[in-house]
Amino acid sequence: MANADCIIIQGSNMAECHPVGYQWVAEAKARGAKVIHIDPRFTRTSAVSDKHIPIRAGSDVVLLGALINYVITNDLWFKEYVGAYTNAATLVHDDYRDAEDLGGLFSGFDPEKRAYDTSSWSYAEAEDGTIDDPGPGSEHGEDATARAAGHAYGSGGPPLEHAEVQRDDSLQDPRTVFQIVKRHYARYTAEMVRDMCGIDVADFEYLARAITENSGRDRTTCFAYAVGWTQHSLGAQFIRAAAILQLLLGNMGRPGGGIMALRGHASIQGSTDIPTLFNLLPGYLPMPSAGRHDSLGEYLEAVGSKQQKGYWADADAYTISLLKAWWGDAANEDNDWAYDYLPRLTGAHGTYETVMGMLEDEVEGYFLLGQNPAVGSAHGRMQRLGMSHLKWLVVRDLNLIESATWWKDGPEIESGELRTEDIETEVFFLPAATHVEKAGSFTQTQRLLQWRHQAVAPPGECQSELQFFFELGQRIREKLADSQDERDRPLLDLTWDYPVDEHGDPDAEAVLAEINGRHLAGPDAGEPLSAYTELRADGSTSAGCWIYTGVYADGFNHAANRKPGQEQGPAASEWGWAWPANRRILYNRASADPAGKPWSERKKYIWWDQEQGKWIGDDVPDFPLDRAPGSHPDPSVGGAAALSGDDPFIMQADGKGWLFAPKGLMDGPLPTHYEAQESPVANALYPQQQSPARLVFPRADNLSAPSAGTPGADVYPYVFTTYRLTEHHTAGGMSRWLPYLSELQPEMFCEVSPELAAERGLEPYGWATIISPRSAIEAKVLVTDRMRPLAVGGHTVHQIGLPYHWGVGSNAVVSGDAANDLLGVTLDPNVQIQESKVASCDIRPGRRPRGEQLLALVAEYQARAGLTTETGNRAVTDPTMED
Amino acid sequence: MGQLTGPTDPTADAHWEHNHPRKGFFTDTSICIGCKACEVACKEWNHNPQDGNLELLGSSYDNTGSLGASTWRHVAFIEQGQERIEEARESGRALVSLGMPRIGPPQAALAGTDLADADTTPPDTADFRWLMSSDVCKHCTHAGCLDVCPTGALFRTEFGTVVVQDDVCNGCGTCVAGCPFGVIERRSNGTVKVATSREEQHAKHPTVPNEGIAQKCTLCYDRLVADETPACAKACPTTSIKFGDHDDMVDTARERVATLHAQGMTEARLYGANENDGVGGTGSVFLLLDEPEVYGLPPDPRVPTADLPRMYRRAGMAVAGMAAAAALAFLGGRA
Amino acid sequence: MQSVCPYCAVGCGQRVYVKDEKVIQIEGDPDSPISRGRLCPKGSASEQLVNSPGRQTKVLYRAPRSTEWERLDLATAVEMVADRFIETRRRTWQQEDDQGRLLRRTMGIASLGGATLDNEENYLIKKLFTAAGAVQTENQARI
Repeated sequence: MANADCIIIQGSNMAECHPVGYQWVAEAKARGAKVIHIDPRFTRTSAVSDKHIPIRAGSDVVLLGALINYVITNDLWFKEYVGAYTNAATLVHDDYRDAEDLGGLFSGFDPEKRAYDTSSWSYAEAEDGTIDDPGPGSEHGEDATARAAGHAYGSGGPPLEHAEVQRDDSLQDPRTVFQIVKRHYARYTAEMVRDMCGIDVADFEYLARAITENSGRDRTTCFAYAVGWTQHSLGAQFIRAAAILQLLLGNMGRPGGGIMALRGHASIQGSTDIPTLFNLLPGYLPMPSAGRHDSLGEYLEAVGSKQQKGYWADADAYTISLLKAWWGDAANEDNDWAYDYLPRLTGAHGTYETVMGMLEDEVEGYFLLGQNPAVGSAHGRMQRLGMSHLKWLVVRDLNLIESATWWKDGPEIESGELRTEDIETEVFFLPAATHVEKAGSFTQTQRLLQWRHQAVAPPGECQSELQFFFELGQRIREKLADSQDERDRPLLDLTWDYPVDEHGDPDAEAVLAEINGRHLAGPDAGEPLSAYTELRADGSTSAGCWIYTGVYADGFNHAANRKPGQEQGPAASEWGWAWPANRRILYNRASADPAGKPWSERKKYIWWDQEQGKWIGDDVPDFPLDRAPGSHPDPSVGGAAALSGDDPFIMQADGKGWLFAPKGLMDGPLPTHYEAQESPVANALYPQQQSPARLVFPRADNLSAPSAGTPGADVYPYVFTTYRLTEHHTAGGMSRWLPYLSELQPEMFCEVSPELAAERGLEPYGWATIISPRSAIEAKVLVTDRMRPLAVGGHTVHQIGLPYHWGVGSNAVVSGDAANDLLGVTLDPNVQIQESKVASCDIRPGRRPRGEQLLALVAEYQARAGLTTETGNRAVTDPTMED
Repeated sequence: MGQLTGPTDPTADAHWEHNHPRKGFFTDTSICIGCKACEVACKEWNHNPQDGNLELLGSSYDNTGSLGASTWRHVAFIEQGQERIEEARESGRALVSLGMPRIGPPQAALAGTDLADADTTPPDTADFRWLMSSDVCKHCTHAGCLDVCPTGALFRTEFGTVVVQDDVCNGCGTCVAGCPFGVIERRSNGTVKVATSREEQHAKHPTVPNEGIAQKCTLCYDRLVADETPACAKACPTTSIKFGDHDDMVDTARERVATLHAQGMTEARLYGANENDGVGGTGSVFLLLDEPEVYGLPPDPRVPTADLPRMYRRAGMAVAGMAAAAALAFLGGRA
Repeated sequence: MQSVCPYCAVGCGQRVYVKDEKVIQIEGDPDSPISRGRLCPKGSASEQLVNSPGRQTKVLYRAPRSTEWERLDLATAVEMVADRFIETRRRTWQQEDDQGRLLRRTMGIASLGGATLDNEENYLIKKLFTAAGAVQTENQARI
């Protein structure tokens, strides 16, 4: 980011949430880069930016779409880059119909299933066919299984049968991606931005000029986002929209460009790479689904076709090496490498589905590992009531968080909904070790693994997760040792043998070595692998997470590399280890022109060296090292060998950056503006109000506010958005127990504009009660000009800011009502993330009622708005489109 | 005793025979992000107790309030509208045209950028701003606290800073009134309030250290002697808090003001860098974006002892007068 | 001792100072090319995170319908959790779906957490849960 000429921070409050990362923005700014912050609130990030542009929460696609339109209409796109490196010239199938033609729906929507059949979005094939998902199990858009698959593509694109696409390099054919994109965004104008986002035309033009003037051969613009983009019912599409813009401007794969995801937890990147997520296996391999992946053959065909371009074509080697790492000799060719030891999915089994499973008494046991859902997850009441249905709950944390004490002093005890004496749940609180009391690696937001050395032993009965789960696994295996039951084989055959220290703590390096993988046969048997390209599908290699292969190359822990930054170049490649292959900028082949020369001296990064016949530069080239710029291998050979010299996006099935996504998304091939599940504004672009494919949960305990134009919408007239503060950390488990942090932000508050305060009679620093269709909470009132009423579509939209760090309990240094109690559960269909950045509420002065009266207040609002489980939950809102 | 007013080298005045240049902070509030890392890093290093009452203070994001016995760094948050910004821009410009503070040549200021065609128009969000500023003990050239301390508990270190010796201070509190900035205070008890269920856990925790003793920023004296950067400056994510030789800090600050003025941000001005002010200039200098009062800083701080020489002169004249009168009376009596 | 800040995902370097087997100070690591020695307020408070007076260092157990915590020793607790794990797994086992397709799983056991844990820890959790057929492992990345 320090190399950027313009930095757009949107959907992130970077200076507050990533203060130390912000030094690089500050440095770029000191060099003369322009920094623009686009956010509903004027935050500490806005305060140190060149400009703050207030935006209505949830309207980002309108703004980004209008920027795309501006770039195309004014002919400001980077022609050479777009033509060579994106799929702009690729033809899409004839059956494709755009949202522009169908009132906000794309072709293939099934209102019954609330899902798309995505086949008409495919690339066109010679002889009028389509290039489809590979594999026999591709039942288009089928039920929730397909929906859950969206997240499975993590580091790469979704698979294609092959990469023999049709192109029109003049970009004139109306079926080219370029023309489709152009038409799709034609109505996303500065005026539409004014009317939907509340951003005036002059501010839009300032932004558009800043971005376009700072993009091209000599300059690059960088976007930074965080959960302000992801936590929406179409969050994945927010990011896609930015990606389209950045591809059109040639800002991907180049220094000072890109889209920076600012992640909120020390190893949240690591926990998706080596996923504690239901739908993934390590290295972004999908968990198998019943009906789609019933055999290993089906699975491999579906994950990465041998005929497509790029490195996903070797998914068989990655998968079989993982199975070898887990089941050792028990995984052999005769049993398809123990593929059937893997459990199968039958739909989305995300954390919110799990909580609903608790309420239905399907889930009996629950482990909370450094996580506080009673405060930190959407719909806190549903979380706590769900836990009260468990048979047993294990909480592993540093402090007695609210998720461990809800049975004693939670809000439902106060409201009388639960009585401690009636709750059957057994609760185990097991104290955890801190980051200095165990060794291991975190993967930070730029995919960099950094090793932490153990400084001291954990106090008292505190244990690392490594030790706890190792011991739990040993106990379970001991207890099952005599079992003849076939279902216990995967546990008994598991490789579960790690050296331990004198306290019984397993050696984390031994685990890292297993993750890295090793040769199992040949002269190097037992030796660590040094690159994922060494992985084989014949059982001769093992690797617990193929993208991490290389971190333990030569038997050396490269995550622990610590050559001081001041002794290295800007890429600092000898500090920690970045996946893949210690590469710092992904797709960096795009930093050179199609002929392999840097786009400019100023933005030089990776280039083709004719004499040496290979790619060289400041980073590890993200490309086959000796693939010359002009080479055009036959695409039908498949895999990395099929990559042309100008296919920089090596994990995409056609080697190109995708302006239009023919596969992989559940809710549309192009980002399209829809209003949030709850919105006081009608969608001015389409009769379709909300994203038709969003995941809704029509339940009496999960009611939604009516949207604009429907009866009862005025009962919850205001927008609220949730966020973090610098002084606290998420649900407070690591900050509200610390006096030094607690005193800096001691109380729950809400931020409102002076206009809203006047409208509702709110006293500065007095109390207010905020009521949503789910709950009501109280907060102190900060009246501030930093919150600005927005003129949207002819009326005023007031937004209320709510930090979400506090929770109700009696053990923390500071406590308070939890903002997340106000949220309902509506999810993005691609990634199952909840919409927590925008919802509807009312606000009034004074503290909230206590006991049963609190429930009565919430019910009174629900009745007044006429809420039912149908409210706001229709898939298709345009009556003319409903079959 | 050294000089009581005007420009001087306080370390030399204190009769240190040393090679240490005077040390100080330069707090550049124009790049402060208000994260309060300085407050926490300071408390961690110095083991200062929590001292808030755990309620919102009612001052934007500031829940600390002011510097005090247990708070040696304090970040102020000020929200301002367009009118005030324009006034600040105007008053800053006037300061420069008056030649105060002196600023370096603008060419030098622009040398840091690699964009030849850098935009020099003022920042565009001109209708609203949120000022953040980390305050700290000024370590004055003429330190009121030190000058009035009857026990010698306050002393001038070899780095030119002013430090309390906890084991010498008797808690008399004279210094509290001696500080024109309201920095030094006596540490009271009862500063730690805990949630009810935690009292037991806290019972085994040590009581508040140095209770009743005057406390303030030591400029991390214990770190300086080990050649370490003070905790706040080391933590500061954006280098808003800089630490170094006092002369360098003042030069850096002047250059920074010049850069900002060249960019049209004429609201920038120095605070504490004038060695002819009422404290002889401060060891901690600041770049502010508005009048000092806006940040809760006195516009014209004067150490009480600054007036001593004048008082001595007056007193001397008075004594002479009285002597003369007495002599006259005597003589008269004799006559 | 070199370490990494446990809060956000920037990954700031930390140096941990230890005396008599106790952490006495945690500061930024100036060698880190990511953070260059700097820390935010949370990172600066890391020492208090480790040594906080409010930190819970003993195992606690709440029996069904009980109004209070009680003490339990660690070994007993792990034993009890293992028993419950096995029992729930047996009771809630799904071998096949209604079309006879293999499922080989339990929907009775779930977990949440991982974004603050080490890669190696997440790896063991994923490995053990997958082998046990407990597919509902989730973390903050989806929240």
